[in-house]
Amino acid sequence: MLDILKQIARVGIVAGRRQAEAAPGDAAADPELRAVGRAPCMRHVDAGSCNGCELEIHALGNVYYNIEASGMKFVASPRHADLLLVSGPVSRHMREALLRTHDATPAPKRVVAVGDCAIDGGIFDAGYASCGGVADVIAVDATASGCPPAPEAIIAAIERALES
Amino acid sequence: MNATLAVEHAPVTREQWLPRIEALHAAGARLLTLWASDERDHGEGDLLRAAFLQPGGVVIVELALPDGAAPYPRIDELFPAAARLQRALRDLSGVQAEGGDRRPWIRHGAWSDGDAPLRRDFRGGTPDPTPYGFVRVRGDGVHEIAVGPVHAGTIEPGHFRFSVVGEKVLRLEQRLGYVHKGIERRFTELAPAAARRLAARVSGDSAVAFAWAFCLAEEHIRGVSVPPRATFLRALLLERERIANHLGDLGALGNDAGFGVGLAQFMRLKEDLLRVNAQVFGARYPMDAVVTGGVAIELTPAGAALLQQQFSVLAGETERLRAIYDDHAGMQDRFLGCGKVPGELARRLGVTGLVARASGIARDLRVDLPLPPYDALAVRCASAAGGDVAARVAVRFDELAESLRLGGELLRRLPPGEVCAPAQAPAPGGFGVGLVEGWRGPVFVALETATDGSIRRCHPHDPSWHNWPALEHAIIGDIVPDFPLINKSFNLSYSGVDL
Repeated sequence: MLDILKQIARVGIVAGRRQAEAAPGDAAADPELRAVGRAPCMRHVDAGSCNGCELEIHALGNVYYNIEASGMKFVASPRHADLLLVSGPVSRHMREALLRTHDATPAPKRVVAVGDCAIDGGIFDAGYASCGGVADVIAVDATASGCPPAPEAIIAAIERALES
Repeated sequence: MNATLAVEHAPVTREQWLPRIEALHAAGARLLTLWASDERDHGEGDLLRAAFLQPGGVVIVELALPDGAAPYPRIDELFPAAARLQRALRDLSGVQAEGGDRRPWIRHGAWSDGDAPLRRDFRGGTPDPTPYGFVRVRGDGVHEIAVGPVHAGTIEPGHFRFSVVGEKVLRLEQRLGYVHKGIERRFTELAPAAARRLAARVSGDSAVAFAWAFCLAEEHIRGVSVPPRATFLRALLLERERIANHLGDLGALGNDAGFGVGLAQFMRLKEDLLRVNAQVFGARYPMDAVVTGGVAIELTPAGAALLQQQFSVLAGETERLRAIYDDHAGMQDRFLGCGKVPGELARRLGVTGLVARASGIARDLRVDLPLPPYDALAVRCASAAGGDVAARVAVRFDELAESLRLGGELLRRLPPGEVCAPAQAPAPGGFGVGLVEGWRGPVFVALETATDGSIRRCHPHDPSWHNWPALEHAIIGDIVPDFPLINKSFNLSYSGVDL
């Protein structure tokens, strides 16, 4: 136990982390969404990703980006979610699961397409097994480009989606 | 391809196919992968290939299957990992094994049985609504828990069907294929440079390993020799990929055992690593740094100093965290004896890579078939006997320490010179393979190009193929709440096997 406390004390508070935004989402166009502010409950759906974008979505929770400090959090069911983070080109085999997850998410809901493949299919393109980008299957409110996109780009896209 | 990897082609007749593979099995060879190429445009049928790893290198057994040929003799009774490969082979190439499990593996319904997406004349399939036949476990009090494809956390999609009594798992059946996006066919539509980018995205957490394996295959075909400095920089990138993944896994394993401090500490270290990557290599994940002929990055003395310093900081940090993990009774209680794959079972199933090393099978390509620069580095192979979560944690810690040592060694011995061989005229076409020890295990790429330089066939193979079936065994007798921990201790690729 002492070693654990020593390690925590030795590392201290890691500098450079995001500060929580003061304005509670006044910018949201949808009045119901204003209650969410900048603190959405989010559900991630990998719709066909190579697993690169997932690595950066994981990073959102580390002590540097620390999204939970500003109220953003991941939830275990789409029924608890305000926002879906969707990565990957949408594979034909994931199309139905994505549609069902989207249906299960209560309105008002927002969708962020994470990564170049989620935007337009990327290097995988559309084909016999891929539907292309997320917008080819469900409505998308904001996108984060990059392969994979940096955590800052994902956070910025989440904030844009909440203001849309 | 490189100074050390010998590749033997063994064309066989239908009668010789099984005896040849039985002989390889008896000699202790390990199955790498199984795939087929459509040769109808050359007036032939399908060419079936099975690649094996043996002490001296790779042997590829080749069986020509004329149009309308009888099913080929199955090999999964010798090499159990072939069972899913045989099913995928039928789903994608339309090549059928004799007997065995007739259910589809990769094909969910986007195309029909008999539509073969890897045939050159495939023009999109007919949807097939037939539901998948899961194996039902019957008995008093047995019920099923169906999980996925969309999981509660941030992980890749797949379906797990647990048959349980109370909390005890009687059987786990995996259903993968959800992220099948047609990678093998896509390769044939891309120019070689774009195909290399695609190779890096077969499994994005193993981008360096796949890109390196792809480049080895292409360099063999084109007769390119890679400058020594480039091989060192490739290894530096590969070891940093291993370090990044092991750091993330060790944090997540602590978290899954209820030790959130572990997650916070390891994710901090991983982020530090990624930030230095961005500073030195221009990308947090340098997915496209390995290119044909060498690397697309250069290392300045200042960059090298930064990396060197980080390796030594990480060595100290992870050593301290290891002591905390080892001394933490709560965590050890969850790790020890959980998700056990005994050595004998691991050998029988043909388990590979990190998971095999944690079941006492001390095999690592960096030691067994070291390609430059590993031939000059005397890599120490990690291994543990337990076969449980604790052993897979221990192997990760050992490999982390070794990769940090190797990183320092690579920097100290980094040769001067070019980082990429000069561009060459397109090759006349040919066949090459690449084999690299990625962080999960051996990553294999077979590449065939046409005379105009276009890609005729590319078959990438992730080691997860061999370890997914072992996960079904590892959970038997454990309880459902231990599954996330056991699954994380394997941390297998979905994208890499769904393709």
